[in-house]
Amino acid sequence: MPTHTFKVNGETVTVDVEDDVRLLWVLRDILGITGPKYGCGINVCKACTSHVNGKAFNPCSVPVGALEDDDEITTIEGLPATVGKDLHPMQEAWIDRDVAQCGYCQPGQIMAAVALVKKVRSESRSITDADLDGIRNICRCGTYVRIREAIRAGAAQM
Amino acid sequence: MSRPFRRTPGSVESTPPEVPDTTGSALGRRRFVGLLLAAPTLTVTARLLGDVATAPPASASGGGLVVPTPDGPADIFDVSDAQMLTVLPTASLIHLTLDTAGVAHFALHRSENGQGITTSTAMLIADELDMPIQDVSVTLADARPELLMNQFTGGSNSTMSTYRPIRTMAAAARKRLVETAARRTGHSASTLRTADGHVVCPDGSRIAYGDLAVDAAVDEDTPLVAPLKPLSELTMVGQPKGRTDAHASVTGTKEFAMDLKVPGALPTMVCRAPRLNGKPIRLLNHDEVKAMPGVTHVALVSTGIAIRARTFGQCIDAIRVVRAEWTEGTAGRKSDADVLADLRKAEIPLLVPKVPVLAQTVETDFTFRFASNAALETNCAIADVRSDRAEVWSGLQVPLVARKDIAEKVGLPEKAVAVHVTLGGGAFGRKAFSDAAIEAAEVSKEMGVPVKLMWHRVDDARVGRVHPMATSRIRATVLAGSVLTWDQRHTSVATDFTHGFGDVLTAAAAELPVVDLGFSETVYALTQGTHYNFGVTTNLLNEVDHGFNTGSMRGIYSPNAATARELTVDKIAHLVNSDPYQFRRKFIRRARGRAVLDKVAQVGSWGRQMPAGTAQGIAVHEEYHGFSACLVEIDCRPETVSREVPEAVTGPRVTKVVFAIDVGLVINPRGLEAQMMGGIMDGLAMTLTSSMHLEDGHFLEASWDNYAYTRQWNAPPQLEIIVMPSTTEEPGGAGEFPVATSAAAVATAYARATGTLPTEFPVNHSAPLFFTPKSFEPPLPASPTDGLSHTY
Repeated sequence: MPTHTFKVNGETVTVDVEDDVRLLWVLRDILGITGPKYGCGINVCKACTSHVNGKAFNPCSVPVGALEDDDEITTIEGLPATVGKDLHPMQEAWIDRDVAQCGYCQPGQIMAAVALVKKVRSESRSITDADLDGIRNICRCGTYVRIREAIRAGAAQM
Repeated sequence: MSRPFRRTPGSVESTPPEVPDTTGSALGRRRFVGLLLAAPTLTVTARLLGDVATAPPASASGGGLVVPTPDGPADIFDVSDAQMLTVLPTASLIHLTLDTAGVAHFALHRSENGQGITTSTAMLIADELDMPIQDVSVTLADARPELLMNQFTGGSNSTMSTYRPIRTMAAAARKRLVETAARRTGHSASTLRTADGHVVCPDGSRIAYGDLAVDAAVDEDTPLVAPLKPLSELTMVGQPKGRTDAHASVTGTKEFAMDLKVPGALPTMVCRAPRLNGKPIRLLNHDEVKAMPGVTHVALVSTGIAIRARTFGQCIDAIRVVRAEWTEGTAGRKSDADVLADLRKAEIPLLVPKVPVLAQTVETDFTFRFASNAALETNCAIADVRSDRAEVWSGLQVPLVARKDIAEKVGLPEKAVAVHVTLGGGAFGRKAFSDAAIEAAEVSKEMGVPVKLMWHRVDDARVGRVHPMATSRIRATVLAGSVLTWDQRHTSVATDFTHGFGDVLTAAAAELPVVDLGFSETVYALTQGTHYNFGVTTNLLNEVDHGFNTGSMRGIYSPNAATARELTVDKIAHLVNSDPYQFRRKFIRRARGRAVLDKVAQVGSWGRQMPAGTAQGIAVHEEYHGFSACLVEIDCRPETVSREVPEAVTGPRVTKVVFAIDVGLVINPRGLEAQMMGGIMDGLAMTLTSSMHLEDGHFLEASWDNYAYTRQWNAPPQLEIIVMPSTTEEPGGAGEFPVATSAAAVATAYARATGTLPTEFPVNHSAPLFFTPKSFEPPLPASPTDGLSHTY
């Protein structure tokens, strides 16, 4: 069985698994990293949103064989480490606004929000309503309005 | 309580009658007393004392050309009352334990799926016991058969039913701690007070609760009467509090069923039939499936071909190569039009009322399409079934029924089956059924190994529970600005109530204000209150066709029935040249209903000038011992409807929602606001965007790219939720409440913005499909491989 080496949340890992197994299952079923959630498996619900080399992506749609040795995967579990605090400012904003209800989609929402803020920053502008309208992560509890508030508040602290 | 219930026409009065709301007040006065239980550390329960008080009779008075409507069944004794009544006998079977570290432990006999009841329960305990909320540990109780109907999460009833027993337990615990400290210190108990998890002596010295936990314990059960604190002395109740699990949610450490690590429980999925509920006849390529990478077990079970593998991805891949023979399924080859035709045939004729010849008749007729109550967490469960015992983990709203069904399915006595209730990733009525838990148990038994069984999203969408298709028709007669008669007939595909709710109503049968109605018809009658003084009022349900997997969806009938009602109210208001708000204000039956109506009209600036193609809409809804009103602004202008968001269902945009909620006693306004916000998103979806299309015996929608639940691009940019100050001393329900009100308000706004009365919901159901249906054979799509080209 092929082996695959990459970094997850700052640690180098090696797994023995077929090339075409999507990264979401490698993370959840083999490595036991369960922050990224399953919601569709076809990259439409975005519940598994994590970061690859600092950019948002959906591991349900990436075969593990597509990763390079130096690719860095960050899941919600590894997010605070990027700023050296217990919680990332976006997580703090989420708690401050009491965003989560069932909480199932929220790791993905937070990872998407952080990437969105960084992307907008790289374009030298601030977040617009259109940016927020364009977030594709579904929340079946309907926390959208608090998510929008938290993203603006979290962005201000990032 | 008078029964059988008969409705008689009222006389014409000269001012709007004001009807006191009596629902639930009788039950609310049931008294509980504390009972210390024999245990190593302080352990307390609550026991029912005395009997129900008599509800004061409803009365009507006043003037204006308003024909009063007498109380309907739901106005006297509703489903909420039935639920509260049936849990009373088992109230003493739950208990609160204080350990030597000073932590109060309570295993809540309800399921937490995001509605916030673990937080509000912790607030009640901490407040009554004078202790820090972080020292209150609220977990979810395993299935406990002795609780009977008192372990049913539904009907927005959890807080209503548990409020008094929980406070009573905490009050008794506090009193016992004070008595124990008095004995130890020699102080008189009356000179001691409690604060912050300590008993405080007159000299200021403090004894931690944990230090008293052993001494406070008793050797045999001992009653202890401890008065509840007056509401004015509660410091947490009524104050906004963030969720106790917020940190776990945002760090990804909150554990759902599929996150649990049960030894040997490998990923398992089921390959299902191409048509709804089709059964497997035979698997044609067992060896090929078994040889797929990662696969450990393949088994034919009653619902399909179960496949266990090292990863869920490998289950999906193996399912895609399955070749099997299947039975046709329970929906045959039916399509939407066939189901609607069946409903039309079953519709009960509307009455032809005896009214003056000059009276005008207003008739409306609405169709509500199938909708999905799927949560984001798909149906899932872990099961470990052995020859002599079984253990199951799942998010379950009715764990007792699950336990019984699992025992039956795997052929074990119930006492050999342990059912653990896990935190749920949303429920919305879906988790009232235990489909995945029963299936997981069957698969584990067949394979002889533990399984972590998860439904693929496609299964969850196509085979999971749907809210039934229904029609709702209303005929009203109007004379000189008054409504003389109002008749509503709701005709629905049957709602499945086999999850234990039947036991609740059966147990409450003697109290029910209706007779000679079938089960569903009784539920309908007990959830449809009379909102307006519209003279002689009738409201009946009829059901057809049991071929579908149905269930409630954040409400049973009310979101549809209320949308029909409120649109018809607007139509009558238009007929009599009355403003929709003023018309409602004049005819609404209760003061609390009028207060929330006035509040949204005022805060939302009802009647302000708006551009053509945009409009306000307003609606009210009463249920769950509470009152709500919603004002919506909608933009139906072409440039908005056709706005471009990639791969999105846009359409009319709700630009503003103002929502007022009166739940009686408010426990956690922050949690209550959250529930309102979520329910409003459901209301938007139900009216504007989300439905299931049945075609050729299966549902077409297979995932979130097909089923247009509210997304960020549909969410209202302005949302204001007004939590009304507490109006009573008892909490009402919340979770399902806002769906009916907001669905109706969006519909009235849409009608006013477009100038046409919509007759089908969601309004986009009959538009050309916005997606290409995914394959039925193989039943699952492959996961994409291009994720690295879509980073941002």
